[in-house]
Amino acid sequence: MPDTLTPVLTDNWGDDRAWTLAAYTERGGYGALDKAFAMDPAAVIETVKESGLRGRGGAGFPTGMKWGFIPQDNPRPKYLVVNADESEPGTCKDIPLMMASPHTLVEGVIISSYAIRANKAFIYIRGEVLHVVRRVQRAVQEAYLAGHLGKDIHGSGYDLDVVVHAGAGAYICGEETALLEGLEGRRGQPRLRPPFPAVAGLYASPTVINNVESIASVPSIVANGHGWFASMGTEKSKGFGIFSLSGHVRRPGQYEAPLGITLRTLIDLAGGMREGHELKFWTPGGSSTPLLTAEHLDIPLDFEGVGAAGSMLGTRALQIFDDTTCVVRATLRWTEFYKHESCGKCTPCREGTWWLVQVLSALEKGQGSESDLDLLLDQCDNILGRSFCALADGAVSPITSSIQYFRDEYVAHLTEGGCPFDPARSTAWAGQEVLA
Amino acid sequence: MTLSEETLVELKEIAARYPEPRSGLLPMLHLVQSVEGRITPEGIEACAEILGITAADVSGVATFYTMYKRRPVGDYHVGVCTNTLCAVMGGDAIFERLQDHLGVGNDETTDDAPGLRSITLEHVECNAACDYAPVMMANWEFMDNMTPESAVQLVDDLRAGNEVRSTRGPRIVTWREAERVLAGFPDDLADDGPAAGPASLVGLGIARERGWTAPHPETDSGSGRTADTKQEAVEQADTARAETETKQEDSDA
Repeated sequence: MPDTLTPVLTDNWGDDRAWTLAAYTERGGYGALDKAFAMDPAAVIETVKESGLRGRGGAGFPTGMKWGFIPQDNPRPKYLVVNADESEPGTCKDIPLMMASPHTLVEGVIISSYAIRANKAFIYIRGEVLHVVRRVQRAVQEAYLAGHLGKDIHGSGYDLDVVVHAGAGAYICGEETALLEGLEGRRGQPRLRPPFPAVAGLYASPTVINNVESIASVPSIVANGHGWFASMGTEKSKGFGIFSLSGHVRRPGQYEAPLGITLRTLIDLAGGMREGHELKFWTPGGSSTPLLTAEHLDIPLDFEGVGAAGSMLGTRALQIFDDTTCVVRATLRWTEFYKHESCGKCTPCREGTWWLVQVLSALEKGQGSESDLDLLLDQCDNILGRSFCALADGAVSPITSSIQYFRDEYVAHLTEGGCPFDPARSTAWAGQEVLA
Repeated sequence: MTLSEETLVELKEIAARYPEPRSGLLPMLHLVQSVEGRITPEGIEACAEILGITAADVSGVATFYTMYKRRPVGDYHVGVCTNTLCAVMGGDAIFERLQDHLGVGNDETTDDAPGLRSITLEHVECNAACDYAPVMMANWEFMDNMTPESAVQLVDDLRAGNEVRSTRGPRIVTWREAERVLAGFPDDLADDGPAAGPASLVGLGIARERGWTAPHPETDSGSGRTADTKQEAVEQADTARAETETKQEDSDA
């Protein structure tokens, strides 16, 4: 039974100048690279398959299997694209990873590219994180100078070039085919699949797109073996992951643990809820994953456990809200976000999210009637599953789940003619004036 | 005003980084902003000409992404996260206070005043720093754990030209300088600031305190393989969407 917390990716974040090549090499960094080069690329894919690593960007698709889909008989160049567009509300793990230890990502990029036989890789970082872009640019530059990138890496005969690409502000580009559009210099609008990117991705060539944390997990798997990785986690959700706690807990932050840890344990490690308040609702994996409540404190946070509770593990973005928070306000704000970020390609999403905001805004102000709740649910039903990508599916999640668990609170807005909550009580500084 | 020869050379340099030049368009537009202070018609024309596409194609891209600005941006771009978690934790109050204090609305820029730098204020979406809520961004550098008071101090310092440092990064450069880095022309500030802020290290600190670590590499419990077929993998994966797609693909096959 592994320890409660298992720092692997976060293990060096506290090191002096952890982001530098010197610090990373000092603790054995780039050692997994030689181990990988001593293996056949297919054997590297097999190792990652055997480890059970599932995509850390939200969907949980087996990473090794995704790599295996790259048709090696296709004469076109193959590409690896790292999805570093971390934008899902609540998700804040890849950004600190790239800030503290960009070389973990770069080493992962080299091994993963070698495995799928790509000679060019792209790291697509959202543009709104300047210092992270700097750190990754510098890490790539250092890796070139040290001979970890470029021609004939470590004398292996393998060549790889890496381009760091900054996005320009679009949540939708976290969706892999929209990201490819952005990387091709177009509006970030998702593509219809099939064909899947593995067959026709970047420049219509075979392409693997993986989340930062997935790729960053690869060096440790190669270095320590698939059995080591699989000894952590649960039956079908192997390994470790970064759990990001935010909101009304005493010590929000990053907690790296085997998959399957519970929110009860995590909140306990975080020092509990704020003084004098109780957990009201939370997202297990970002705002696109249906809300859960205090009833769900003991479900295992793995793909199966959260799925069985009616939500999704997503990105392990645990946004914690206490009893001072109005769930209608929270839901309206997320809905406004989805409306703003809808790329406009599919009508149910473009028009639907706009209508959801109209109905929810009225409810939040205490206008309308209880039948509007059914109208909302009906709208959600007409939006879910009817667009190219999952953005609109995500948009309905907070609405349907909040009505499921907090219908009375919606009704209270109507009976009281407005929001019964005082937003000042939810703030980070609430109560501090009194204590001071 | 046309772009300088130097800028045109750099725009071409960006396009040359990619197997297909058009891939350079996003960073090229960042460069246009760094020299022009916004996306200008001249900048659009220059990109179009270099890439051999129409100005309409370039405009289509420039209007899609929110970091590209059609109106002049101030010396500093100040963002306040008002997505749900930050809003609840105080982002709404901060944004309101700053609008009052600066006398501008969302996506507006303060008037030129003698001796003062200008600020463009905008509410932004989740910036991936939720464990530091409420979060602000100054030229896309993290300003963590803000309050209305620290927010006012921040914009006052920026306006007065005082040195301001990101809570997890270097001194704040101007918006134009920041845009140049995003275009792929690094400055020399990568080594400034800490590796991680306090919240990023909370879990690690607890693990160290209690002696918790990942298992030793010798541990081997055999295969962790969780799915043997694509169908099985898709059914285990968390996207109903992927499931329908694969079934569709299989039925097409």
